Amino acid sequence: MAAKSRGSSGSALRWLGVAAAPAALALGFLWAGGWLSPHRVTQNRLMGELHDAGSYGHGFRRAHSKGVCVTGRFDASGAAASLSKAAIFHEQSVPVVGRFALGAGQPYVTDNPATVRSMALRFMPADAPEWRAAMNDPPVLPLRDAQDASDFFSSQRIDPATGKPDPARAKAFGAAHPWLQAAAEKNAHRVITSGFADDTYHSLDSFLLVGETGTKTAVRWAMVPVQPVAPADAEAGGRDYLFQRLIADIHDHPLQWHMVLTVAGPQDAINDPSQIWAQDDRTIDAGTLTLNAVESEDGGPCNGLTFDPLILPPGIVASDDPILQLRSGAYMRSFSLRSGEKRGPSAITPAMTQAPAAESEKKS
Amino acid sequence: MKPAPSFSLVARVLHWLMAVMILSMLFIGVFMASSLGPGYHRLVSLHRPLGIAILVLALLRLTYRLRHAPPPLPSDLLAVLKLAAKGSHILLYALMVALPLVGWGMLSAGGYPIPLWGNGVLLPPILPHNPAVWSWLRSVHTVLAFTLFGLVLAHIGAALFHGLIRRDGVLESMTGRKTPL
Ligand code: HEM
Ligand code: HEM
Ligand code: HEM
Repeated sequence: MAAKSRGSSGSALRWLGVAAAPAALALGFLWAGGWLSPHRVTQNRLMGELHDAGSYGHGFRRAHSKGVCVTGRFDASGAAASLSKAAIFHEQSVPVVGRFALGAGQPYVTDNPATVRSMALRFMPADAPEWRAAMNDPPVLPLRDAQDASDFFSSQRIDPATGKPDPARAKAFGAAHPWLQAAAEKNAHRVITSGFADDTYHSLDSFLLVGETGTKTAVRWAMVPVQPVAPADAEAGGRDYLFQRLIADIHDHPLQWHMVLTVAGPQDAINDPSQIWAQDDRTIDAGTLTLNAVESEDGGPCNGLTFDPLILPPGIVASDDPILQLRSGAYMRSFSLRSGEKRGPSAITPAMTQAPAAESEKKS
Repeated sequence: MKPAPSFSLVARVLHWLMAVMILSMLFIGVFMASSLGPGYHRLVSLHRPLGIAILVLALLRLTYRLRHAPPPLPSDLLAVLKLAAKGSHILLYALMVALPLVGWGMLSAGGYPIPLWGNGVLLPPILPHNPAVWSWLRSVHTVLAFTLFGLVLAHIGAALFHGLIRRDGVLESMTGRKTPL
């Protein structure tokens, strides 16, 4: 109206000028959010792919959905103290909250030793920022970057006809990603142990340790069990037998692992977790993890948080491994989705994690 | 010919500095929240301190604004438009404060450490750990950010309407060019 009253000044060109700037910004915004690039691997797209691959959702983690909480401590050996100023490599009795889980996205899945097993840890030194770490038992990750991960999870899409992923798709994924073949083969031939307690858990991704003087050392690490290692039983037990065994073990005696750092040699790929490192790399026993209590996720201390691998203390920084970025974004999205949903009980209930002694006391 | 009254230099510097910061934050925000790519962590690590800087500047700016009245809008501007201008400015100020507070609050409720600089300098949590609150505030952060973006677009459209169509000196009152009325 105001423009009309001023006659010729309201020319079409001027109006175009008024509209162009907001329109350009709006387009840029849509582009930045990925709405104009259907091929971009976005957080939402990955969550959709996990869902289509059978992830249950409904308040549970989008992956590693079946788990229990554990608590204990970490005692540094001091052997890694010169490589990193992180408190964890210097201090004794650092409190730890952890979670053991099966890698599958189904919270009520039947335990199977061949399923990926995981250990997640939250180190909470009294006087320094915390560190969160999430580790899996296969020795290497057959994925290189976000595109690989997206391709992989879409190849795992559940075929409604069979209720299982279509083997042809899995094969096609392998054929289209020859650079992952060595890693996939190494994992296929890994030793499968009898349970959570005698398993080795790997960081898979590489990180940089930062020393007091700023020196940077690329490492991967593994939690290596102190418990004697036994091969998986020929016959599987009941639905929750791996967890039940873990619970019984912890109630019986504290479980321990050495944190063994592997320092990257000159040939080792830092930015690609699908590359196997040389066998003669220097290793350092950085300290001992002791877990002495177990609780259900329901009401336990490990469920209301996410073990984002990029929650790092001073003294540890991310390497340029692209999978770390993917995990950080995906864990946050999974964590916000599940925290807003109504959730059923965990498979491993508070009753199941009680000490046998406590149960008999109650009865008497 | 009397030059149109302008916003003070302080008000103009704050306005343009924050305009650049807020627009950057909106773009960084939608980009990173959809991203799983190599820049993800670096962007999130930039998003936090930049957001906190906006919070601090917004509080300074509000304090300053309450003591220094802006130049009046042209007297021939329709009353509804004046009201719309006023209302939208209040909303812009409210969102500049609310959005960073929600960002900070949601990470607190999510049990995240909140690094401000590097990974050694942390912000204290401003809410107790509560995953349901985290999830809710995470959605609120998105809704408020998109509202802010929509409002900024309308605001820019209105500023250009003043500058190109009405040519009433309002745009110049913020750019600082003193044009004759
Ligand atoms: C490469 C693609 C990967 C994707 C898409 C992915 C995705 C996810 C998601 C969505 C969660 C649930 C997070 C939550 O809700 O808190 C999760 C949990 C987990 N991830 Fe991954 N992950 C990937 C790789 C890895 C790697 C390489 C490791 C190990 C080194 C790993 C170890 C874990 C562990 C241990 C958990 C469970 C944490 C817990 O117990 O709370 N993931 N993953
Ligand atoms: C004026 C200030 C701010 C603006 C304009 C802003 C804007 C945004 C936008 C547009 C998004 C994307 C929302 C979506 O697409 O879902 C976002 C996400 C986010 N913001 Fe902010 N934000 C601000 C302040 C903060 C502050 C102070 C913090 C933390 C201290 C914060 C933490 C986050 C986080 C963690 C995300 C989610 C990232 C992800 O999902 O991967 N923001 N923000
Ligand atoms: C993120 C971006 C921006 C924000 C958050 C913002 C915010 C504000 C606020 C709160 C005011 C009210 C000042 C007061 O009365 O105290 C204002 C005024 C103004 N802004 Fe912006 N602004 C932004 C971008 C822009 C842009 C890009 C332009 C120009 C194209 C612009 C032009 C103006 C003008 C002309 C005024 C004066 C309005 C009047 O006299 O009442 N702004 N802005």
